[in-house]
Amino acid sequence: MIPGALREAVARDGEPIVYVARERLLETMKWLKETPGQDFDYLVDVTAVEFRDKERPLEVVYFLRSLERKADLRVKVELNPSEELAVDSVWGLWHGADWLEREVFDMFGITFRGHPDLRRILMWETYAEGYPLRKNFPLRGRFSRAEQVRQALNANPEAHYSMEELSIAEASDDLPDDMRERLKRGERGVIPEPPHE
Amino acid sequence: MSKRVVSPRTIELELATPGIDAQGHATRVPLTADRAPAEPGLDEEHMLVNIGPQHPATHGVLRLVVELDGETVVRCIPHLGYLHSGFEKLGEYRHYNQIIPLTDRTDYLSPMSNNIGFALAAEKLMGIQITPRCTVLRVIACEMSRIISHMVWLGTTSIDLGAFTPFLWAFQQREKIYDLQEMWTGARLTTSLTRVGGLLADIPDGFVEKLRDFTKTFPKTLAEIDRVLTRNAVWAGRTQGVGTLTADEATNYSLSGPMLRASGVAYDVRKDKPYLGYETYDFDVVVGEHGDVYDRYLVRLEECHQSNRILEQALDRLPDGPINVDDPRVILPSKTRAMTDMEAMIFHFKQVMEGVKAPVGEAYVGIENPKGELGNYLVSDGTAKPVRWRIRPPSFINLAALPKMAEGHLLSDLIAINASVDIVMGEVDR
Amino acid sequence: MKRVGEVKSSNYLLTKFENLVDWAVNSSRANSLWPMPFGTACCAIEFMATAASRYDFARFGMERQAFSPRQADVLICAGRLPFKLAPVIRRIYDQMPQPKWVISMGACASTGGVFDNYAMVQGIDTIVPVDVYVPGCPPRPEGLLYGILLLHKKIKGESLFDAVKRREEQPLDDKGLRLAPETIDEISEPFGNSVHQFRSA
Repeated sequence: MIPGALREAVARDGEPIVYVARERLLETMKWLKETPGQDFDYLVDVTAVEFRDKERPLEVVYFLRSLERKADLRVKVELNPSEELAVDSVWGLWHGADWLEREVFDMFGITFRGHPDLRRILMWETYAEGYPLRKNFPLRGRFSRAEQVRQALNANPEAHYSMEELSIAEASDDLPDDMRERLKRGERGVIPEPPHE
Repeated sequence: MSKRVVSPRTIELELATPGIDAQGHATRVPLTADRAPAEPGLDEEHMLVNIGPQHPATHGVLRLVVELDGETVVRCIPHLGYLHSGFEKLGEYRHYNQIIPLTDRTDYLSPMSNNIGFALAAEKLMGIQITPRCTVLRVIACEMSRIISHMVWLGTTSIDLGAFTPFLWAFQQREKIYDLQEMWTGARLTTSLTRVGGLLADIPDGFVEKLRDFTKTFPKTLAEIDRVLTRNAVWAGRTQGVGTLTADEATNYSLSGPMLRASGVAYDVRKDKPYLGYETYDFDVVVGEHGDVYDRYLVRLEECHQSNRILEQALDRLPDGPINVDDPRVILPSKTRAMTDMEAMIFHFKQVMEGVKAPVGEAYVGIENPKGELGNYLVSDGTAKPVRWRIRPPSFINLAALPKMAEGHLLSDLIAINASVDIVMGEVDR
Repeated sequence: MKRVGEVKSSNYLLTKFENLVDWAVNSSRANSLWPMPFGTACCAIEFMATAASRYDFARFGMERQAFSPRQADVLICAGRLPFKLAPVIRRIYDQMPQPKWVISMGACASTGGVFDNYAMVQGIDTIVPVDVYVPGCPPRPEGLLYGILLLHKKIKGESLFDAVKRREEQPLDDKGLRLAPETIDEISEPFGNSVHQFRSA
């Protein structure tokens, strides 16, 4: 019944789960939000799950709710970690997805195509250790404690304003030279590649 | 059964408070290019100002980068993560009962509420039904948490807007609840009240009487605060028309709790998806009209009254009986039995060494936290430690609407709006 | 016990100039410590409760909470310190003028607390020098008051005329660290139950 649905399931709390193919996600979400009778106007949460069993794919989970009908639905998209971890952003449908998707990107490394400002949100922009909630990321991080302290103290939050903020400051004349250079080059500072497993 | 808060809007018309026109709409500085040119001699350029992360008025370690045109906020960009503690990662390495102390530390202003939210999700996952006495005690704990959280909000917001005395009154009421929490759990703040299938301990003697005394004296403090703030010209002038969000915007930004209800959407998890028997209690859902800071204040103040009402009803109907479910695989046996009975000792050993195993599957339970809808999403693969523990943080999602609310207001309004979102950075950053 | 002076008769007291100066300076410093509340998490709430009417640390001289580090004496780090906040506390500590002291309030600020993971600094003493550690999660207001009184005692035991300068600035070295890397690794190692809790399943 739901376009793009691959299969359905039921959670242990009784709520219905729908698995959707990655390519049809945006179309399905639009249908769910705008069709009268579905009316899922409230996005409760967006998150991702990686299982300990390496055979299972990553899941991006969307919790939808219809305030009128008092109904819930869980939509899942499965991503194979051997392929590119990317999915379409639903920011255009629900603005609440803005920071939620940024957090999934920060913690799992899943890119959301079409997101207006996909940056790290909980860790600092030049965080070099990787994506913390992946199962191959150890609990205490990849570097030694001394190295983590050193990287943290050298992170210098002031040197890493976002492009949006730099363009505001550029309107006035006293932008430091290195930031002006960065603005011209269009780069956000040296954002290191996380170590590959 | 929702209750509209009546906000006395006639005040500002008599005093001609700037910021609101005759129809009660906020007058905002329009952001279009064709506004009146700046006065000759003053620069037209915008300033980029950094507020925080260490700042007395940001309610924690929040960093706001604001673009200012004079004193008008053109854009506000929040930066988070300064309190990111890796809760969700840590939860994957702990047994379910070991995660309960972690939940105290996310929203540390209403710790018992967080404990209960997690325990409900774990019990849903494992298919455990808690006892009637435990249900009513958890309702009491939730409402006590709601009161202390709103008291912190009230105290800190009044300090931000210049009124210091309500802070002392509010914190004195908090101390009374802290005494009760300490009687029950042994700790003032990090309560770790629940266990999967039950509670840490039963309420001690004297608890019910002391809580009843509190419910009798608490409305007096609320009346005092109401008298000082609600019809105060300074308070009304600084909060009416400030930070307005319409119902559609609030729904689209996924707000919840008093933020959503102040904008006119009558959504309360206790009424719409009831848990812990809330459908059997008699209370109103407090809904606002205009969605500005003043309405959020009125909604939270009235919610304290409603919490008081629920507490009185819960104390009246508190049944006798055990607080823990009678399942030895989930609840530790008593020490005497564990030391004398072989089977009990084996159950004790298995629970402590291996933890309680949850069946394969997932569960999400959302509760009405004082800040909004707090959800706990647990995914299990059959072991004693969850594969994924996700906290759906109400403050994080509410804060995302801050840039939208702040556009066009003055810098001091930004402080008021930030205070009205009622964030707790432990939950925003987790 | 430092011998401060002798009473020769009821009319005059004989003492050393150093003792007199030290007594005056240390008493004024200790009895009027203005805290810089670097409150991050739950301990900040207990800090606020200590400032409120029931426990009231204004009785001990902390009447004015200095939210600007330039006007503060003691930095009270109340709450956990993630790595993202590390440069911020170092900068705030550097901005405080001498004499300055640091109270590390709570288990997380002292050792990292329950958060032995990728995001948390395992004790602020890897970043700033600490004078008093107040244990607890969170410490009771009485505990924080005891820590403040211990700091008073420490201040009153100092001397302006010490051969070893105790109040020197301690900047970070060229690698950006305050202690040697081996020392940081050693004091950040997991201990107690944490040693067993590294398996995810």
